[in-house]
Amino acid sequence: MKLVTAIIQPHRLDDVKSALEAAGVKGMTVSEASGYGRQKGHTEVYRGAEYTVDLVPKVRVEVLVDDPDASAVTEAIVSASQTGKIGDGKVWTVPVDAVTRVRTGETGAEAL
Amino acid sequence: MAADAFKLDTGNTAWMMTSAVIVLMMTVPGLAFFYGGMVRSKSVLNMMVMNFVAAGVVGFIWILYGYSMTFAGNTSGFNEIVDNPFKYFGLAGLTDDNSLLGGSGVPALVAVGFQATFAVITVGLITGAIADRIKLGSWVAFSAVWVTAVYFPLAHMVWGGGLLSGDGPIASALSTPIDFAGGTVVHIDAGAAGLALVLILGRRKGWPKEPMRPHNLPYVMLGAALLWVGWFGFNAGSEGAADGTAGRAWINTFVATCVAMLAWMATEKFRDGKATSLGAASGVVAGLVAITPAAAAVDSYGAMIIGLFAGVLCALAVGLKFRFGFDDALDVVGVHLVGGIVGTVLIGFLATDQQGGWFPDGAERGLLYGGGVTQLATQVVVAAIAVVFSFVLTYVIGLVIKAVTGLRVAEADEVGGVDFALHGETAYDTTPATGGRVKEGISA
Repeated sequence: MKLVTAIIQPHRLDDVKSALEAAGVKGMTVSEASGYGRQKGHTEVYRGAEYTVDLVPKVRVEVLVDDPDASAVTEAIVSASQTGKIGDGKVWTVPVDAVTRVRTGETGAEAL
Repeated sequence: MAADAFKLDTGNTAWMMTSAVIVLMMTVPGLAFFYGGMVRSKSVLNMMVMNFVAAGVVGFIWILYGYSMTFAGNTSGFNEIVDNPFKYFGLAGLTDDNSLLGGSGVPALVAVGFQATFAVITVGLITGAIADRIKLGSWVAFSAVWVTAVYFPLAHMVWGGGLLSGDGPIASALSTPIDFAGGTVVHIDAGAAGLALVLILGRRKGWPKEPMRPHNLPYVMLGAALLWVGWFGFNAGSEGAADGTAGRAWINTFVATCVAMLAWMATEKFRDGKATSLGAASGVVAGLVAITPAAAAVDSYGAMIIGLFAGVLCALAVGLKFRFGFDDALDVVGVHLVGGIVGTVLIGFLATDQQGGWFPDGAERGLLYGGGVTQLATQVVVAAIAVVFSFVLTYVIGLVIKAVTGLRVAEADEVGGVDFALHGETAYDTTPATGGRVKEGISA
């Protein structure tokens, strides 16, 4: 199994959700995040005083998938969240040792 | 006034009671939201509390001896500076026959209430300078001492028949100063006090290197809008009656504010590239401040010119604190001191009694309206006296309170936020995980 984690632009979340549903993903965890990559945040001006806001709002999407689905899910996220502008985010995948469904006690791929 | 028997005018009285209510609305909740939105989320409650506390402390002192100390009819023996706090102590002995607004048929207690709201907001305005870092007890003490030693005397000097009024020496030497609704008494006063107090209090930790951006701009817009609405009570109410002069004050208050808002936003657009919501809110307040002393003493064009100057100059003046290194957190100096001076001095150019305009006896027309330089000189002198009077006394009061009780919270409390440190509360509960548990011993 694999954990696919995506950091995306907040305004792309709805499209990413639809794309994941279309790819057959049954569940996901979404959390608000803040951070920066190469875009290095942005500046805001309040009463003439310029502030560098380096941590900008992002959304983190986490999806647990079976090994063969990982690349399709990654592609679905990338194509749904890409705007081509700096700050679009990143997607990465890591191996997962074990998964248990809390309600039933099912484990492994059954629990996805 | 006392000579004629009091004759009630219900129309004027209803307007003055309405004005008093909406002027109170300027402080609670207007200023509370305007300033509350501009601070960081860890000190929004404290900012709102400080404004409520200003209303609490000043309101009760006003009834006890403040009104008497300001408007007892020159019975103190030091009439140039201050009136007799004991003549109407607790409002005892005050009858409609000696009503401050008896001439327009408004009962004494209505006038007391209207003027109370002015004292309240003047103290409330100072909170913007000292955000995030003052002890609550020290703020209570400061409010009480400051309103007694600075506000009451200055209000008496200008409106109660003292030094800066039509009966004072400046009126005899030059001309009668014009301060229709409180450019000197309220705005220069609070602005200079804010400056003096932050010089004693010192900068917030991290200022100006750490970003301290407003945490809730919709609050700021809401507060500015409440101030705008309430200000019609402040300025048009300062006529003391529902008449054409009040209408002139209303119109000028409206148009000066419209122009000032646009001017501030335009200044931002040219300087920073974008016009901002904070700029719109700030422009509104700057225009309101500047038109206050001039409210009924200029014509429509004069009001627009005052709005234009206020919007541009205040938008530029809020940068002064970075140049000179004083941490006037929410720009009480840049908006109220500068705006108050702009309005007070521009009267010297623009004052006119045409088009429903109003003049006190002994005032002159402004320089651009054929009155020569006399009124301009008067206005500059009055503004300078108000700045020096407020700054020096506030500085002394601040030093005394600092020596007796201390002014600042501990550094750890300032960093962690004064909401929790001073009030044991958190403004925003954004996640159920922080809900906590009910302590044992509380039963339903």
